Amino acid sequence: MRGPSIAHIVLVIAMLATVPLLTASSVVLNFLIVALLIALVGQGWNVLGGYGGQYSFGHAAFFGTGAYVTAILQMRYGINAWPAFALGIAGGALVGAAIGALTFRSGLKGSYFALVTLAFAEVLRILASVAPITGAGVGILITLDLRPQAFQFQSRAPFYWIVLALLAASLVIVRLIEQSRFGAWLVAVRENEDAAKAVGVDTVRVKLVAMTISAAITAAGGGFYVQYFLFIDSAIAYGPWISIEALLAPIVGGVGTVFGPLLGALVVKTLGELTKLIAGDAPGLDLVIYGGVLVLIVAFAPHGIAGLLADLRGRFARLRSSVPERAHG
Amino acid sequence: MSHGSARVTRRHLLQTTAVGAAAAVTGLINAPALIRAQGSPVKLGVLHPVSGALSYSGQQGRLGATIAIEEINAAGGIKALGGAKIEPTLGDAQSTPEGGNAEVEKMNSAGVAAIVGGYASSICLTASQTAARYDLPYVVDVGVADNIVTRGLKNTFRFGPGFGVIAKTALDNLVTINDQAGKPAKTVMIVHEDSLFGSGLAKLLNAQLPERGFQVLETIAHPTPTRDFNNAVLKIKAQNPDLVIPANYYNEYVLLARTMQQQRVRQKGIYSVLGGAASSYKFVKEFPEAAQYIMDCNHWFDPRNPKSLALKKKVEDRGQFYTYEVFMNHSCILLVADALERAGSAERAKIITALENSTFAGHVMPYGPTKFVNGQNQGAAPVNTQVLGNDIQVIFPQTFATAKPVFPMPPA
Amino acid sequence: MLSPVILVPAILNGLLTGAVYGLIALGLTLIYGVLHIINFAHGALLTAAMFAAFFAHRWLGLDPYLAAIVLTPLFFALGYCLQRFVIGPAAHGEDRNILLVTLGLAVVIENALLYAFGADTRTLNLDYAFNVVDLGIAFLALPRVIGFGVVLVVALVLWLILSLTDTGKAIRAVAKEKLGAELSGIDVGHIYAVTFGLGTACLAIAACLLIPTYYVNPHIGNAFVLIAFTIVVLGGMGSVTGALVGGLFIGVVESLCGLYLGESLGQIGIFVMFILVLLFRPSGLLGERA
Repeated sequence: MRGPSIAHIVLVIAMLATVPLLTASSVVLNFLIVALLIALVGQGWNVLGGYGGQYSFGHAAFFGTGAYVTAILQMRYGINAWPAFALGIAGGALVGAAIGALTFRSGLKGSYFALVTLAFAEVLRILASVAPITGAGVGILITLDLRPQAFQFQSRAPFYWIVLALLAASLVIVRLIEQSRFGAWLVAVRENEDAAKAVGVDTVRVKLVAMTISAAITAAGGGFYVQYFLFIDSAIAYGPWISIEALLAPIVGGVGTVFGPLLGALVVKTLGELTKLIAGDAPGLDLVIYGGVLVLIVAFAPHGIAGLLADLRGRFARLRSSVPERAHG
Repeated sequence: MSHGSARVTRRHLLQTTAVGAAAAVTGLINAPALIRAQGSPVKLGVLHPVSGALSYSGQQGRLGATIAIEEINAAGGIKALGGAKIEPTLGDAQSTPEGGNAEVEKMNSAGVAAIVGGYASSICLTASQTAARYDLPYVVDVGVADNIVTRGLKNTFRFGPGFGVIAKTALDNLVTINDQAGKPAKTVMIVHEDSLFGSGLAKLLNAQLPERGFQVLETIAHPTPTRDFNNAVLKIKAQNPDLVIPANYYNEYVLLARTMQQQRVRQKGIYSVLGGAASSYKFVKEFPEAAQYIMDCNHWFDPRNPKSLALKKKVEDRGQFYTYEVFMNHSCILLVADALERAGSAERAKIITALENSTFAGHVMPYGPTKFVNGQNQGAAPVNTQVLGNDIQVIFPQTFATAKPVFPMPPA
Repeated sequence: MLSPVILVPAILNGLLTGAVYGLIALGLTLIYGVLHIINFAHGALLTAAMFAAFFAHRWLGLDPYLAAIVLTPLFFALGYCLQRFVIGPAAHGEDRNILLVTLGLAVVIENALLYAFGADTRTLNLDYAFNVVDLGIAFLALPRVIGFGVVLVVALVLWLILSLTDTGKAIRAVAKEKLGAELSGIDVGHIYAVTFGLGTACLAIAACLLIPTYYVNPHIGNAFVLIAFTIVVLGGMGSVTGALVGGLFIGVVESLCGLYLGESLGQIGIFVMFILVLLFRPSGLLGERA
């Protein structure tokens, strides 16, 4: 399948990895860490939504589970942060598989699927807001312990490299999916589920696997969030904000592409910062500009930024190849 | 609210912050100056959630802070630093911890000497933690979660009270008021919002109320926002507690109070703790009937201090309401200015030391001189207010009281 | 808790609240049924409508029930223009783009309101807002009872428009079979815009019904959006009756769950009900089989 090779991915990651060596600015590093985190969460969404065509409005369910499991295991059971993080990913994957099993077996698709995932995320949010184990309304504060053993660091750079590594892994996973038979089945389901079923693809199982992988990647984002900010509550973990971020980045960047979520996350976050700079301190004005630009981006790049780039590349190639033709008259 | 004055305020803010923004940009380009020229301005970070769900409180907080900065500058700036003016670096936390975090990073880059604000506990927790990386002094304006000051962070100071103190004071005062009235109240129902402050408070109240001789009939948690309180009010009507104890934000409180009025539900008293509207001039002005006799145990200014009344007038002249976010932030800025004076320097470490030793009494709160232990101002405590007539009076403690409590509520 | 003294008022209150939910969902279901888009801007548009209702009283002295007469055509026009000139062209027909466009619109509208009117909560203190209809077993707030009646009327009117008028028939044709409708000469772009306009008009009415008992601030629409989505899917996307019945049903579910589980946990009832219905009846209670 067309798409960046593993070598491309390694190159991009290597370039990004040099950033902490080029700048000591915490502002820049923090900005990039958040952008990469959103790219990671969006990449998770992309597996199910971009490649599988199943748009989820409830990816917060996986993000929040990853975050809460990581936090709860540390604070209530004294488990070390790293295994807690790994278990957070597993927890998210489990929730993904469970939700997938329920919904795909009932044949829910399209908008119905999207809204049912939203409902699941809301159910988890409400439960988390009253259950004692999640701290209910008070949330969970992770004890400050700036040592690598506790998955906390004095400087921002290690956090940056970790989220970059997680993102790299997700990029590789997506590329491998692209090149595999599973990936072909997944895209077949996206393009025409009935036809795929007719040629023998086990569509329910394919969607279920995609959902589980998708959930695991997003859960990793959740676990990282909680280690970086050291605080979680039900609105942060399972709130609509992260479900929206999860789909915004890939759609803006280009669904169903390896680099789409990364491009989208960088564009969207940079846009946020630019609008803050332009609008000054008037509350709300920056977001008005932000929303307006978002609409414009969609209007002018309907296939996302990746699509725009591919378009430009195509036009450039056609330009070059059309010159000899014209010379021949 | 008059639009004219709102626009003036905004323009004023834009002017002030255009300077602040320019300074921030310059700060990003230059490394934060370690050696300041005498008389050059001191940058102060002013962080609030001015957009997003908490925008009203954030904007009120920013208002209080900027008024204080204007006053200090008008009075000649920081004398110990050669009359240096304070330059606010305004930040919008966008009602999220990530937003607050990003702003702290920018403020740090811009070379601020200290940061004031945060408002919400979740924002304060993350913002103060980030500030701690740079040994940047952080003064919490409101955030009441107890764990804000129990993390062992040297840079974090909280001027106002935390949960534990608020709950204990509320209960102590309730017992006293009840005793003084001849103990008319025995049964209680708690109606609280389900996020950090409401849940935390409800937990403490549930633990301590029975010990003080009250029976909690039921505790009703509700989300923010809540669209409808009819069921909650039905339960209150059915179980008829002597006292209703609400702990929620402004909008929900208004809805609850109005629904109670609609359903003709009237208990012996409404004793709010950190009530969103119970001690709000806005509420009293807009719903005089529903507001009558409501008691609150909340952040409040010292009513006998002429400075607080002068500030009240100033704020109201700008067409805004004199809410707790305003006077608490105002006091926090004055506290930091005092620390700057005593430190004689804008160096962060010296400011932290100055705050640790602070005995500042020039604020408008009923706390007495400040005394910080582990970052918590020991004298900080809420006071009891009651809506009487069309005004909010302090009914407890005696030293600050301007009226006697009316309890139980007279029948409608 | 099972005592009728509490149960009956709770159910009645649920019905009254549910009626308004239903009206909000009505607009959304029309938009979904015809345009097949999930309109993320619905909440922000409701907020805008509530601000409009508030200022109609503040600046023009119009009682909300009268303001509805003015605001309904105004918001119809707004919705029409939004779909015709912003959403339609920007989206290029792709579903995911419509999603983003409506999302972007929601952000613009909500924050424009924040910027223009500030963050504080505004309320209308109308004299009749505290009047109640005394049914003996329950006190029902007068504005809410009026609201219930108005919603039924609006639903009926909408149903009549869809069944009897030419535009209504065109709308139903486009909803059922867009290509065929286009081939029969129906201007699909215009029909889309009319439908969106009808949806927004419903919001204007809902806003006027809510404002006597509720409050306005730039974020208020968000509180109703999720519920509206839930009802739309529950009732069957595109079904007017479904939205109304779904609204009443959800209103009662919310009320009873709030009663038995507490207001916080009780919210879960809405979403659990939603999930259960979808798992067993994927096209909703009254929707057509997919």
